[in-house]
Amino acid sequence: MNKKILYAIFDDEEILLESVKELRSKEIEIQEVYSPFPIHGLDHALGFKETRMAITAFIYGCLGLTFGGLLLYYIMISGIGKSWPMNIGGKPNFTFYQNIPSFVPILFECTVLFAGHLMSLTYLFRNKLYPGASTKSPDPRTTDDKFLMELVVQGSDLEVKQLLKSTGASEINEKEIEDE
Amino acid sequence: MHKESEIRDPLILGNKTYHDITRDIARPVEGKANKYWWILFGLSLVLFLWGIGCIAYTIGTGIGVWGLNKTVNWAWDITNFVWWIGIGHAGTLISAVLLLFRQKWRMGINRSAEAMTIFGVVQAGLFPLIHMGRPWLAYWVFPIPNAFGSLWQNFNSPLLWDVFAISTYLTVSTVFWYIGLIPDFAMIRDRMSKTISPMKKKLYTLLAFGWSGRAKHWQRFEEVSLVLAGLATPLVFSVHSIVSMDFATSVIPGWHTTIFPPYFVLGALFSGFAMVETLLIIMRKVVNMEAYITIKHIEYMNIIILFTGSMVGTAYITELFMAWYSGVEFEQYAFLNRATGPYWWAYVSMMSCNVIIPQLYWFKKIRTSFIATFILSIFVNIGMWFERFVIIVTSLHRDFLPSAWTMFSPTFVDIGIFLGTIGFFFVLFLLYSRTFPVVAQAELKTILKSSGSEYKTRNHE
Repeated sequence: MNKKILYAIFDDEEILLESVKELRSKEIEIQEVYSPFPIHGLDHALGFKETRMAITAFIYGCLGLTFGGLLLYYIMISGIGKSWPMNIGGKPNFTFYQNIPSFVPILFECTVLFAGHLMSLTYLFRNKLYPGASTKSPDPRTTDDKFLMELVVQGSDLEVKQLLKSTGASEINEKEIEDE
Repeated sequence: MHKESEIRDPLILGNKTYHDITRDIARPVEGKANKYWWILFGLSLVLFLWGIGCIAYTIGTGIGVWGLNKTVNWAWDITNFVWWIGIGHAGTLISAVLLLFRQKWRMGINRSAEAMTIFGVVQAGLFPLIHMGRPWLAYWVFPIPNAFGSLWQNFNSPLLWDVFAISTYLTVSTVFWYIGLIPDFAMIRDRMSKTISPMKKKLYTLLAFGWSGRAKHWQRFEEVSLVLAGLATPLVFSVHSIVSMDFATSVIPGWHTTIFPPYFVLGALFSGFAMVETLLIIMRKVVNMEAYITIKHIEYMNIIILFTGSMVGTAYITELFMAWYSGVEFEQYAFLNRATGPYWWAYVSMMSCNVIIPQLYWFKKIRTSFIATFILSIFVNIGMWFERFVIIVTSLHRDFLPSAWTMFSPTFVDIGIFLGTIGFFFVLFLLYSRTFPVVAQAELKTILKSSGSEYKTRNHE
């Protein structure tokens, strides 16, 4: 069987969204959608799961808080605190408990530092974005004003093409792919 | 699609399509710089070089070349530091807090405001670095395992909190900015032809990180932006609170005040918005962004300036009242001296520029005029510099021992370094305005249909 990739191009995000819903209701699988900006509701229409980026941020934040706490404990309490216990300006470093009010700013900053950076790195990693990565969008116009839907069709594509046309695709390009 | 009320003013003027937005935002990057850009750039560069000279002189000779003395041991350096940090606050407020509040007007200005934030914080960071005297040992402020025995930083010191707060702020803001920039760099990359500018094409390919705009990527993009905004919001407030604690946790009359954290944060937003206006009113003309940075944006910012200016004024008066009410004679004298002592002129400049002049924004005519806003924003910038000068120098110059009382006057080096940072700031901003997409075009396209003027009229016909 020969497979084909169809690239359906739309001019408007609302038309695209309707078309996605139509195709999904007919149980036609959509490989990918490329768009110049985030389209509200598209992820639900395509049946994506919720992204877990926020959860990673929470985990990294906890990690940062722990790191900050250990850093402060080893430096101020078990480090300097053991060698030179001091009480300056009502900030005694005899025990962690007594010293904690003046640790709050740094604990907070460590939490934000870890959560912000590590989540962003996770985001880049999951999206495979890195300096030097080559673009994989089939059409450069998708960062400008065109919306592209990518479908893989096996066998006859007439029906799918017709459906795409009737739901508002402005042009359809196709590419043959070799059988593996 | 979101619908928007008819009476709400449009945020994108003219009959724009998605492609028009792409073209307008890419134009300054693709085109050549005009005469005015070169003139401004030349001037800034001269100032910057002069500043570098003064910094080199300071490091080579020592901090003695500044106007500091034993009584006033902190003056222009910390004034400039706090001033620049304050300016750096509006950017994150616009991109983070306004995102959480779903304010659509942030989209025309957030990119440039955030650029201003980053460049402002860079300037701010220079001052503590130079004031160390031996900047090559600057890494000593970070808790790095070292060979000095048990020599560690003092985590009880607000100066060290500052190190953490400002490094976190600078890096997290930069990341937030860059995450938003990736799709826009991709847009520029895809417009560049390989034959005309191979180097540029390569550069933007590198900068765009291979962005393609997949649906899953956009879903993650939106969540990451939202979470970063949620993280950056308390971060902004923490940074200037911590800066204020540099003063508030000391025992100097005039500094030892619990009102400082909120007062500094509001002052920072106040001065930050003023600087955003100063820059954007020029920028929208120079790079033709009149359709995206409209008078409505300026008016919204003016309302924030009016509000924060009034809050800052309230804080000034509260301080005076509390000084009197405390019954502590040192505290009372510090404030009496601040307002009527030899630095009365600085106090008057602060009061008039920060409290009285912004009240003009109650008049709709004034807050919806580009020229008036530009002039007033300069006043606020000056006023906020004086606020820091007043807090720092007037509290120090007459200390507990009258025989040590003295005055502070800056040397040419103090002035040179300050002007140098202004030059550096503008050098960075001008380079930015020619190489970066100055408006977050991907996000802007999402509001075109709800807030574009043509679409708005069409929707209601």
